[in-house]
Amino acid sequence: MTEANLARDAWLELRRNPKFLVSGVLILLIVVIAIAPQRFTSILPYDCSLSEHFLGRPSPGHPFGFDTLGCDYYTRVLYGARTSVSIGLLTVIGATLIAAVGGSISGYYGGVIDTVVTRVTDVWFAIPTILGGIVLLSALRRRGIGEVALVLTALGWPAMLRLMRSAVLSAAQADYVNAARALGAGDLRIMRRHILPNAIAPVVVYATIFVGIAISAEAALTFLGIGLQPPAISWGLQLEAAEDRLLTAPHLLLFPGLFLSATIFSFILMGDALRDAFDPKLR
Amino acid sequence: MRRYAGRRLLQLVPVFFGATFLIYAMMFALPGDPIRALFGERPIPESAVSILRERYHLDDPLPVQYGKYISGVLRGDLGEDFRGREVAQIVAERFPVTLRLTGIAFVFELVLGLLAGLVAALRRGSFLDSLVLVSTTAVISIPVFVLGYTAQLVVGVELGWLPVAGIRDGWPSYVLPGMVLGATSLAYVARLVRASLAENLRADYIRTATAKGLSRRRVVGRHALRNSLIPVVTFLGTDLGTLMGGAIITEGVFNVPGIGRAIFDAVGQQENPVVVGIVTLLVIAFMVSSLIVDLCYALLDPRIRYD
Repeated sequence: MTEANLARDAWLELRRNPKFLVSGVLILLIVVIAIAPQRFTSILPYDCSLSEHFLGRPSPGHPFGFDTLGCDYYTRVLYGARTSVSIGLLTVIGATLIAAVGGSISGYYGGVIDTVVTRVTDVWFAIPTILGGIVLLSALRRRGIGEVALVLTALGWPAMLRLMRSAVLSAAQADYVNAARALGAGDLRIMRRHILPNAIAPVVVYATIFVGIAISAEAALTFLGIGLQPPAISWGLQLEAAEDRLLTAPHLLLFPGLFLSATIFSFILMGDALRDAFDPKLR
Repeated sequence: MRRYAGRRLLQLVPVFFGATFLIYAMMFALPGDPIRALFGERPIPESAVSILRERYHLDDPLPVQYGKYISGVLRGDLGEDFRGREVAQIVAERFPVTLRLTGIAFVFELVLGLLAGLVAALRRGSFLDSLVLVSTTAVISIPVFVLGYTAQLVVGVELGWLPVAGIRDGWPSYVLPGMVLGATSLAYVARLVRASLAENLRADYIRTATAKGLSRRRVVGRHALRNSLIPVVTFLGTDLGTLMGGAIITEGVFNVPGIGRAIFDAVGQQENPVVVGIVTLLVIAFMVSSLIVDLCYALLDPRIRYD
């Protein structure tokens, strides 16, 4: 007989959810493009010709046209996926680690530790993300993928930690935790074996959505001119360049905007599908 | 209730000092010398530099600087920027602009969000319901600046319905940026109303109300909707702060001279007093609105007070 657990139920539920299927296919596609953009285009991203192709319109062989430097826009947009996906994933991994450790300790032990962690979280939470991003990124002279992901992590963990803490708090009061403790299990074992598996669901849901939020925040900050810098290839940079040519070359706005929105859309939709699956109340 | 309000008020104190200190420390850590930046390439006499550094307490250690600054704020003095303008003056010029912008965004998201959520919840599983779900997810996914430029291009330039940028045309010029600013929150409001109304419509007291012979309109409007609005009120309260943060981008796209633009310019020019001053005001606004929401929430739902 197979064990019936939350993850298994969730999987059965997920397989039948059209939201999951759509977002799953989209995410898979974006990740494949991010890993191997050269599979989808024969042109190199820095293979540009300013004199021949300056702002060329979409044409056969060049479906997205050319940008202000005469680069094939289709190639540039595809290569932009890697930047966005890397920043999204790095940020989520960082923020989830902070949230998992801080939230577990805070929710499990309670008392003074909990008060301190909660207060610090409240303080960070009160700083608006874009604003904090502007100030922190202004302090950095070189701003690559790692730096931007670090800043977004620094600003993104409070919401996740709150979620983790409340999930741990409710799981820690369950009877099976008391049972495990009565059997002599240590704190670390209880947290790892009993609390974490039961408290992780809301965090997984939010983390999935957060990939989309982080990608969006990166694009916004880069667009404001304080995120990534050229020669990096990113949708934010492409949109920033499109800003000045809105009227004469709207294709510069359309394609990266479309890819960016579709990427964010797929992660948010996936989070939605996961929430449906993990929340037994909705069944 | 009074004890609850007092406790919530006390909790705000460390958040206020912590958040303002963090921003102050971040601005303090920025590389470069703001006084020298003020003069650009021109040579400056050392005596002028030292007078200015003295005047803005730039040679004090960080905690002392922050202490002097925050004691000024508590006395209602936001200080002046490095060009000698009062920060309070700058805020007074810029704030009404942003207030108008967020006001339009707020009304827009509240009215349309409520309507969309209501329709979706009453006709669950229908085409309209799916439309609301898909379109709200799509709106949440489109970054504000992409949405802004698209709206500018389509509504402003192609259709010519509304002013595209600036605020020269008075109220009409706030409509498009306001709608763009409120679009994401509108989607959240619609989904929140839909979810909580759909849940409440299945509650026992709704069956009771229907069984009593009340009209559908009265059942939905008086019984279900009222209870469903509690989470919406919570969201709207915290959303005021989010809107003001979002104004940084929207004001940039639509060239609206509000506090968002002021902050952005000030970070670039290292005008620390302006950045910290406006952020302090934003943090206060954010805290006060979340406090009001918490108190409303406690009034609406007595269970919270005894927590």
